[in-house]
Amino acid sequence: MDAALLTWLHEYQVIGRRLPTENEPTPKLFRMRIFAPNEVVAKSRYWYFLSKLHKAKRASGEIVSVNEIFEAKPLNVKNFGIWLRYDSRSGTHNMYKEYRETTRAAAVSSCYQDMAARHRARFSSVQIIRVAEVNTADVRRPYIQQLIQPGLKFPLPHRVTRPAKRSDRTLIIAKRPSTFY
Amino acid sequence: MKSGSFQRLVEVGRVVLINSGSDAGKIATIVEIVDHRRAIVDGPTTNVKRQVVPLNNVVLTDIVVKSLPRAIGSKRLAVFLEKNQVVEAWQKSAWAKKIDARQRRANLSDFDRFKLMRLKKQQRNIVDRQVALLKKERA
Repeated sequence: MDAALLTWLHEYQVIGRRLPTENEPTPKLFRMRIFAPNEVVAKSRYWYFLSKLHKAKRASGEIVSVNEIFEAKPLNVKNFGIWLRYDSRSGTHNMYKEYRETTRAAAVSSCYQDMAARHRARFSSVQIIRVAEVNTADVRRPYIQQLIQPGLKFPLPHRVTRPAKRSDRTLIIAKRPSTFY
Repeated sequence: MKSGSFQRLVEVGRVVLINSGSDAGKIATIVEIVDHRRAIVDGPTTNVKRQVVPLNNVVLTDIVVKSLPRAIGSKRLAVFLEKNQVVEAWQKSAWAKKIDARQRRANLSDFDRFKLMRLKKQQRNIVDRQVALLKKERA
């Protein structure tokens, strides 16, 4: 319970607009759902994306609100499909990946870790386009399909018995450990 | 069909003993599998809140709650556990009794240890007398 709930990324709803001027006294509000470790980074990413989409920048705009979006049902496992765009060393590519997680933020955190591991893509090179819950019937990837079969069961073949706390670790043990469960 | 030599499987309904974390030492039931390393576990009758648990922090037991529907709610799970007497089955098992004995030994007071010493002495007295008599007969 303790460590498993602390996801690295949180989902924020950031709403901002350009500063009001004489020509435009009530500018349009633009809302984005940003995955970031904290509100500061969320606001930064908001401007990064907004200035790519509209003629608006941090210097001539203002953030109206930043709210964290919490998962409605964090104890239900869902299959998330994530559409993303990332810069590799020689070009930029689109990708679709699937993750089986309990919250959107956890799925996106997993995705960033996965992209870093498999493609050496850092946080700044990855743009999350869309995160959506996928129905069981529409799952595309075999590594997720194998986990959603009805009546799934599997053994844990190689069990490494570790002490619960690092401080309980001893240098010498009485019996040679067995890895059979 | 048993999966070869592996009898204890990660499956919906498998009862597990939680090893580390604040719920260490309590049993819970696997309610849903997230992936090959994590499962959602719930123990409404043993004070374990429904949570995602890494399978490394947990030990599979021999007890399975048969035909448990996937992602069952806590209240209905409590009903299933009552009906199948899961907690009682665990407490009757040799494993649970050994854990209990270990805890009791660790929590003995000095007076308890004294009493234990006396009882062991008495036991030894009775047994050794008989052994000595038998030896004498053989010799």
